[in-house]
Amino acid sequence: MAINWFKYSAPTTFYGLAGKLIPWFAIPAAMLCVIALYIGFVVAPVDATQGQFYRIIYIHVPASIISMFLYLVMAGYAALGLIFNTRLSSMMASAVAPTGALFAFISLWTGALWGKPMWGAWWVWDARLTSELILLFLYLGFIALHAAIDDPRRADRAAALLAIVGSVNVPIIYFSVKWWNTLHQGSTIKYSGTSMHIAMQQAMFTMLVACWLYAIAVTLMRVRSIILERERHTKWIAQLAEVK
Amino acid sequence: MSLDIWMRENPLTYVWIGSYGVAFLVFAVEIAMVVHKRKITLQQVRLMREAEESEEI
Repeated sequence: MAINWFKYSAPTTFYGLAGKLIPWFAIPAAMLCVIALYIGFVVAPVDATQGQFYRIIYIHVPASIISMFLYLVMAGYAALGLIFNTRLSSMMASAVAPTGALFAFISLWTGALWGKPMWGAWWVWDARLTSELILLFLYLGFIALHAAIDDPRRADRAAALLAIVGSVNVPIIYFSVKWWNTLHQGSTIKYSGTSMHIAMQQAMFTMLVACWLYAIAVTLMRVRSIILERERHTKWIAQLAEVK
Repeated sequence: MSLDIWMRENPLTYVWIGSYGVAFLVFAVEIAMVVHKRKITLQQVRLMREAEESEEI
């Protein structure tokens, strides 16, 4: 049976689908978060050099990965909206931005809390930290630029350009620990293998999946409001049960 | 200096309150904002529809 995927690229059909999908992402996200915390704090051993402080890794690393990945998702949607003039793509880009900004903030915040006991400083102007801070500013810039322009279609186009240009920062964040001598450590998990304890890996990857599912759920919740707001003059919105 | 001593003596409390506490608070605020935004948007759309309908009458 062939599925017509393009059917869901219209706000009309996507609105209902998003509403149905939200619990399928939100409930597993909460469950996986609890499992990750249990493995991370009860099963995983104490680190030989960092003691208990290393346990920040279970939120710091997933938040950092998600913040970078969401930016690429946001830029991808923005580019689709700019090139093909698809309304839903631009709405999705707007919906992703606040969640991405919050993950970037959590990444920086938890990084500062980890840096203090390990490096003796909350903040250093290191390439990894600085490029992640720029990512947060890019998210905030996207949100501010979009909010500053009254016409939503013009706002979409202007913010899309910023998102696309800013996406160059993502590989800079990722490779910063290789390109420059940074205080921030390099990747612990590599293609060649890892020295991490298996329970630490399980907790980190479980939390990564939980954060990813959470990001999808909250983005779908937000995009439904954006669709409602922008399509409020259409007939199909007037026929919705929640509007009547 | 006192924070340095406290965090070394209570590393798990420091990790929990500082990182996980703040992260979960951020998530809770985000969810509350999204739910609030939906309520407000629905209210605005309903009011607009009602105004349009009363104009037609």
